Amino acid sequence: MSLWSRVANVFRGERLSREIAEEMESHIAEAVEQGRDPVEARLAVGRNDQQRRQKESSYEIRTLGWLALLRADILFGYRQLKRNKVVSAVAILSLALAMGACIGAFRLIDALLWRPLPVAHAERLYAISREAFTLEGKPIRSDMWAYPSFSLMRDAVKDQAQLIAVSAVSRTDLTYGSDQDMEKANIQYVSGSMFQAFDLQPALGRLLAENDDRTPGSAPYAVLSNDYWTQRFGQDPHIVGRTLRIGKELYQITGVVNGPFTGTEPGTMIDIFLPVMMHPAVTHSDASWARTLVLVKPDTALEPLREKLRAISRVFEQQRAQGFTGPTRLFFQKIIDAKLLIEPVGAGISTLQEEYRKALGILSILVAMVLVIACANVANLKMAQSATRSREMALRVAIGAGRGRLVHMLLVENAMLALLAAGLGALFAWRAAPLVVTMIQSSDTPVRLLLYADWRVLGFAAGLVFFVLVLFGVIPALRTSAVKPVSALKGGDDDPHSRRRLMHGMIAAQVAFCFLVIFMSGLFVRTFESLSNKPLGFSPENLLLLDVVTQQGRPPVVWDEIADKLRNVPGVERVAIAGWPLLSGGAWNNFVSVGGGPPSALSTYLLAISPGWSETMKIPLLDGRDLRSGDTTPGEAMVNQAFVKTFFDGKNPIGKTFQERENHYQVVGVVADAPYSNLRDAIVPVAYIPFHEVNAQGVAQPETEETFLVRTSGSHPLALASVLRKAIPQARAGFRVSNLRTQEELVRAQTIRERLLAMLAAFFSFVALLLAAIGLYGVLSYSLQQREREFGIRIAVGAGIGDIAWQATSRILLMVTLGAVIGAGLGIASVRYVETLLCGVKGSDPVMLIGPALVLLAISLLLALPVIVRASRIDPKLMLRAE
Amino acid sequence: MKKPDSLQGTLDLLVLKILSRRPKTHGYGIMAAVKDCSDELLRIEEGSLYPALYRMEEAGWIRAEWIQKETGRRARIYELTAAGKKQLGIEESRWLSASAAINQVLRTV
Repeated sequence: MSLWSRVANVFRGERLSREIAEEMESHIAEAVEQGRDPVEARLAVGRNDQQRRQKESSYEIRTLGWLALLRADILFGYRQLKRNKVVSAVAILSLALAMGACIGAFRLIDALLWRPLPVAHAERLYAISREAFTLEGKPIRSDMWAYPSFSLMRDAVKDQAQLIAVSAVSRTDLTYGSDQDMEKANIQYVSGSMFQAFDLQPALGRLLAENDDRTPGSAPYAVLSNDYWTQRFGQDPHIVGRTLRIGKELYQITGVVNGPFTGTEPGTMIDIFLPVMMHPAVTHSDASWARTLVLVKPDTALEPLREKLRAISRVFEQQRAQGFTGPTRLFFQKIIDAKLLIEPVGAGISTLQEEYRKALGILSILVAMVLVIACANVANLKMAQSATRSREMALRVAIGAGRGRLVHMLLVENAMLALLAAGLGALFAWRAAPLVVTMIQSSDTPVRLLLYADWRVLGFAAGLVFFVLVLFGVIPALRTSAVKPVSALKGGDDDPHSRRRLMHGMIAAQVAFCFLVIFMSGLFVRTFESLSNKPLGFSPENLLLLDVVTQQGRPPVVWDEIADKLRNVPGVERVAIAGWPLLSGGAWNNFVSVGGGPPSALSTYLLAISPGWSETMKIPLLDGRDLRSGDTTPGEAMVNQAFVKTFFDGKNPIGKTFQERENHYQVVGVVADAPYSNLRDAIVPVAYIPFHEVNAQGVAQPETEETFLVRTSGSHPLALASVLRKAIPQARAGFRVSNLRTQEELVRAQTIRERLLAMLAAFFSFVALLLAAIGLYGVLSYSLQQREREFGIRIAVGAGIGDIAWQATSRILLMVTLGAVIGAGLGIASVRYVETLLCGVKGSDPVMLIGPALVLLAISLLLALPVIVRASRIDPKLMLRAE
Repeated sequence: MKKPDSLQGTLDLLVLKILSRRPKTHGYGIMAAVKDCSDELLRIEEGSLYPALYRMEEAGWIRAEWIQKETGRRARIYELTAAGKKQLGIEESRWLSASAAINQVLRTV
């Protein structure tokens, strides 16, 4: 008989017993036929005890014993769950929510931070970065290197490791045909040797190779990712040989990468790989743009490798520093002294990772706490249930069930609960994780994260079920099965105190975690609030931003003409031109020297603008005048208040001069402060200079891209989008809108992470509070139920309502207080881990601790009320008669 | 479930041997055969026979099927499988060597 037939027999119990009985009958009949006395034959088989034993051992042989027991337990557990519908539903839903949140968080974290890249030897992949201190003493890190520095390092360590350069990803305009068909794609410049190092194969054509890394400008080839080839070209087999144009550069498509590889930057999928040799700054020593990946050869020690890399990088920077003096020289010394770090990046390396690593870590701690709360909740529910089931258990023990058997039975019941919850939770996670990814989108940087549902996620979910089962299932099962039949059957609860103590402990733990979750979410909500309510200094409403490009550069007057034409479009109030919008991330900074002195220690930010810019932005002009036509770079400039404070000690700067590189400027006006590239930093000194740039001979310089700022009169600036898109090429042939945004979008994009953290944390604190409230109420009413008799007697002998209320709730309220105190302690202890994510709020602020405390106190009093009312309504006569 | 039993080996041997000589025998037939062949010296209890049959069926040594008898009653009959024939060989040689060993002890002491 095969294993399978034994398994099958488990589910054919009835039939199997019948078959065995039938065989016995036929045995007796046979015996009778052979002339045996029927009574004697039946006796032989049918001696009562013997037959039972025989049947049972026969039955056991024809089935898998344990499987039959399991089946019985599952059926019984199912009936138990069905019998207590409300309790089961509450338990399953609260566990499902918490487990779903955990699985969702795992999917996100795994996809962004943990999942190894689909390349060969991901476990030996590292990246190097530099850590230095600014002149103000703040640590800064950079993982970008100048290409000449990279190639020195690559050649020096080629015996120990293979170095690969990859540029930052840029979303670039490109075309497969004429200028009219411009589109955007994610491009990345990579070392040709990368494909071989990662053991990537072409699906079509050839990939880049080491040969493409030799001469700058010599390899105008492009390789597409499989994903892009599929999405954009529908896997067109004739793609190899087609050309694409980026700016003036023509590239020939040589191949398509096979497999799921879309670059080494989780969160961004590369569409087109270009050779590093085609990067415009490949020969520049002063432009750091290449991330340096290190594929270490097997059995290579990291430390000597790091030392070697650092030595080469140091020599490179020292040579570069020659000829600089003053603050620049000091600044260089910092770079030269920088520490070189080497870190594993088997899961890829991207700015999205850096930005969200900590936030996701915090979120996962929050969901873990919610899970613990949910488990404590269910454990308490089960424990309360076990009180009502103690008679059943006692009966089972009395008729001979072993304790192991009882624990087995209860664990099966609990495991069913956990599995049901995990199933529901997985559904929840399936919907929730992609939602979070869409929440971190901004129009500029489309985030594309491949979210998987594979064995990793499944394994995590299975581990979670086990963990949850241990957390909520084992203690109640042990507790329930440890009945003393005598006392339980007599009607008294066996040792109610220890059970109550356990439940009270869980309440304290629940409240502590709940406090912590609410406290944390309070911090994140306040951070988001303070960032979004930060005074901007300009008005972002009704402001459209058009990034306009033209193939051949055109002098500034042509750009002015276009701005004039836009001013005539109905619905347009004002138009100005700038190098880039505020808060767009675009930045240009340098050291300036004031009044012919040495360069400043603090760098100044610059932005090229047209006259009327401050009016269009609604940034007040505080002193002097706006730029006007005829002002040029170099020549005139406006500065902000921070500039005046930093360089002129707050004194009137009008008419004073400063110098940036070889350009001299005279300050003609002062405008109010406004954030330059992000909301979090303090206001920096800014010089606004005319975008009319002239060279030493006074000849206007051509410009290829500027941003038009259009202030609209209607409340929906985007309503004008399509009109303006058409108006630009109509105003002047060869000009084209490459990107269209609103200033409000940019402001919103500044707080995406904070918004995400605040929303999710608020959601989880709501869930935590709800769960804790359910648990608290359950324990309150359970302990009342247990002590009804006692209260009846107390009332009978004259206890007042106040006394009863105190008796019924004091212990639990004490536990709540204890939990809150522990939670506050945990909060204070942990706040420094989240400090970098906070802004405009101090973790040590007592207000932040009082909030959750008040909420929890209010909730527990609210929950205590109905219990107190019930306690006061106990009729001693009824109560005492009932026993 | 499985208790090592010195007699169990002999029981298996007897059942297998009988089934090899008289395939398609039912439980009572096996019992009767043991009794007849041993001149009523050996007797198998129903309580041992049927568990043994199910155990050997599970081990794959014998297979069972239901047949309809002329009387209209169904009977479960057993026969050896290939594995059972091999097992019979093993059991037989084990028995022979064991009994030879015991005989030798009885003779020499």
